[in-house]
Amino acid sequence: MNKLSAKTRITLTAPFTVWMAVFVVVPIGLVLFYALTDASGSFTLQNLSSIWAYRKTYVLSLELAFVATVLCLLLAYPLAYSISKMKARRQQTMVLLVMLPMWMNFLIRTYAWMTILEDTGLINTFLKSFLSLFGFQFQGFSMINTNGAIILGMVYNFLPYMILPIYTVLTKIDGSVIEAAKDLGADGFNIFTRVILPQSVPGIISGITMVFVPAVSTFIISKLLGGGMTFLIGDIIENYFLGNTGEVNYNVGAALSLVLMVLILISMGIMNRFDGEKDPKGGAPV
Amino acid sequence: MKTLSKVYNFLVFVFLYAPIVVMIVYSFNGIKSRSVFSGFSLQWYQELFRDSVIMKSLYTSLLIAIIAAVVSTVIGTLAAVGINASKGLAKKAYLAVNSIPMVNPEIVTAVSMMILFVFIITRINMFEMGFGTLLAAHITFCIPYVVLEVLPKIRGMDSNIYNAALDLGCPPAKAFLKVVVPEIKPGIVTGFIMAFTLSLDDFIISYFNSGSSVQTLSVTIFSMTKKPYSPKINALSTLLFAAVLIPLIIINLKQDKGMQKKKKERKQG
Amino acid sequence: MKKFISVILAAVLLFSVSATAAAASEQVTLNVYNWGEYIDLSVIDRFEEAYPNIKINYTTYDSNESMYSKIVSGAASYDIVIPSDYMISKLIQEDMLSELDFGNIPNYKYIGEAFKNLSYDPDNKYTVPYFWGTVVVIYNSAHIDEEDVKDQSVNLLWNEKYSGKILMFDNPRDAFALALVSLGYSMNSENADEWKEAAELLNKQKPLVQAYVMDAIFDKMESGEAWIAPYYAGDALIIQESNPDIRYYMPKEGTNMFFDSMCVLKTSEHKKEAETFINFMCEPEIAALNAETVGYATPNTEAKKLLDPAITSNEVVYPSDDYLINNTDVFVNLSQETQKIQSDLWTDLKIESSEGEDEGSAVSSITIIAVVVVIAAAAGIIYAAVRKSKRKKAWEQDDSENK
Repeated sequence: MNKLSAKTRITLTAPFTVWMAVFVVVPIGLVLFYALTDASGSFTLQNLSSIWAYRKTYVLSLELAFVATVLCLLLAYPLAYSISKMKARRQQTMVLLVMLPMWMNFLIRTYAWMTILEDTGLINTFLKSFLSLFGFQFQGFSMINTNGAIILGMVYNFLPYMILPIYTVLTKIDGSVIEAAKDLGADGFNIFTRVILPQSVPGIISGITMVFVPAVSTFIISKLLGGGMTFLIGDIIENYFLGNTGEVNYNVGAALSLVLMVLILISMGIMNRFDGEKDPKGGAPV
Repeated sequence: MKTLSKVYNFLVFVFLYAPIVVMIVYSFNGIKSRSVFSGFSLQWYQELFRDSVIMKSLYTSLLIAIIAAVVSTVIGTLAAVGINASKGLAKKAYLAVNSIPMVNPEIVTAVSMMILFVFIITRINMFEMGFGTLLAAHITFCIPYVVLEVLPKIRGMDSNIYNAALDLGCPPAKAFLKVVVPEIKPGIVTGFIMAFTLSLDDFIISYFNSGSSVQTLSVTIFSMTKKPYSPKINALSTLLFAAVLIPLIIINLKQDKGMQKKKKERKQG
Repeated sequence: MKKFISVILAAVLLFSVSATAAAASEQVTLNVYNWGEYIDLSVIDRFEEAYPNIKINYTTYDSNESMYSKIVSGAASYDIVIPSDYMISKLIQEDMLSELDFGNIPNYKYIGEAFKNLSYDPDNKYTVPYFWGTVVVIYNSAHIDEEDVKDQSVNLLWNEKYSGKILMFDNPRDAFALALVSLGYSMNSENADEWKEAAELLNKQKPLVQAYVMDAIFDKMESGEAWIAPYYAGDALIIQESNPDIRYYMPKEGTNMFFDSMCVLKTSEHKKEAETFINFMCEPEIAALNAETVGYATPNTEAKKLLDPAITSNEVVYPSDDYLINNTDVFVNLSQETQKIQSDLWTDLKIESSEGEDEGSAVSSITIIAVVVVIAAAAGIIYAAVRKSKRKKAWEQDDSENK
């Protein structure tokens, strides 16, 4: 297979090359082009400089996504760990259980949280009637339409993307290494911090990127669970392309996308620094 | 410690499944309320099937997902073979381009393609945003996943088989279909399934690239979330969930039976 | 696998064949783009029955602005749109509407004289009125004190007593109009300082607001999730049907009067069929059916006669001419500069993190905890790595010494 002639190789990859050139490379080039030109098509840096006005939004989006990613990691690791310790048959079932919600339309799942979190929603109604049994007057929590609700939406939607890669690397850890550590007198804590945790870094890294990237660029979760109170960077980009505030401007929109893209590339670069061992297959999803 | 971890796992699964359970329960609600449950009824299912907008967008979604999965599987598989055989800079370039749609935030991929389509449309008014652009966009983000599924399978394949077939006088195309494809079949199937589910589940890319004449199911659901609540949305999601769950259970049961059979055979043998 | 693929290929073939077959028979598809919750859907079925060669592809938007962006981007092609007054003058100005052939719309004669030759289309060349109405303040009488609504003021939307229970328009034109009216300015102000003042007022309101919504208002008001909301008069009636505690009033400071009219876009390739559709919508019986479901005021005089007198005598849905002249204003298309100011101020409103103070600090405290955890984890990993490499070195040294 490795000795295909150059001609065959090029023929085989031709559809791919053409397709990706037209629909991936050219569009990215167009984003760059639009970001650096004005409506009449002449060069300008104004779009990029106008982005300064949205610095707070970038910070907020990064902050919310960051918190959501950390929460995902903290929630996912123990679960992934305990799944990896189960019997093979049970592991399969558990992994399936983790993946199952992802096959349900994510808009519908997020929408359902509204029912749960609202002032007159399930949690508050339940707490109110429960506490009134004991004679307490309970005002209810206001949970929906806050940044907290947006974070919850992110954690909920992207948690499986954190669990699965961590689980995958954990199952690959050679049991005999742990045995050896035990024989050498390491206690549980030491085994975890010195053997298991370092070996699961590739999974953690790919989990973090798989949660962070969609979380930072979301605009649906902020719309559904944030009650239109705060724009995230995704909302602003959407506004410039589909104009819910009445202003369509592909140029500024492209500049915003470009900056988002660069920010994410930078954070991925930093992440990969942590990833000492290069194992491309390491945390492959699903 | 064991019970603690069991309780913990249980709580995480409660978190993952709570909204799904809520949706399913309220799909059988007798009244149109999101907080009060009163009486069992199937009326929302009936209304769902009568809603021509939802049915049409479901059809669109399935059609797009099937075509996108087939096309991206073909392109992706061929490319994977070619990429595997290339070396050095070319290979790096292929892999880099392949990873762009996966690394980029979805919204950036979506708007970049929207810019492309609008750029072309405003210059040559030959087509409009619609089924075609939607399909092209879906194929684009499916291809990389197929490539990544197939590539490791080819890498792990014994290349001598293919060469042997050639030596025995088999034409390359035939050798590819008869020898290579069966070897990498698991990768192709996984790639196909992934492409299909990704396409079916996609919202962001469809939202920006669908134009006025067609809507995928996700886009329809999004517009439903902006309107007054209708339990139809719950009925729809319950059915979608069942559509995933039931085949999975069947496959699992079959596997179980298969395993038991094997065990028995082993015992008897 | 082979079977699987061939089944799929067959399915694809079948699909595409049926698709082309449908296209072959002289079918025309009209893309109708309307506000959400603004039609009785059975009307479309009846139209398709009456004109079997015309299919309606009906989609909705939730503000004039989002409709405008969709048609202007070239990303979509619609035949009929139903925007409001100020948006219509904008579309006319930008030469996006096509002149109607009223010969194809004989039912235009049913439209009341008061709704012809309006300021946004002075010679009545482009539009046929669909509905009209005013913006009212809706409240839940079970939760709002009599005292607070006695003066029927728009300022109820700024009442701190009901913090977290107030909804607000999620589009800049309607939201700013309320603030401008509350300040006593014209809602068509061209004065940048007045707009800034209005923006400050909206910023002040933001901590009290539960959510910025459009049609989600129905659910939230019906279920008692929210208690106060400004919205369109016709919808207030619909909400009241499912929650009898709902009341509404026309704010004494004045309010917006709007006309939504059917227009055909210049890009439409089926102008004649579009006019047929518009004509059908003006059929008194159809217009009456539509008005009953939608709840808005119909400009169709014959249709109005067919409606329940309880509706047509409702002062809020069909206000007196007196009130309309003295207390309402119609939006006009703002100048380019003011439009820019409006959209910038609106975006600022959504960016400024003026959520409740404690809310903000809650997020930052989570952030701080998260940062600490991450740093600790990173330190742990680095520490482990350093130890490992040290040990490795020691090993190597040992090794070399042994040799």
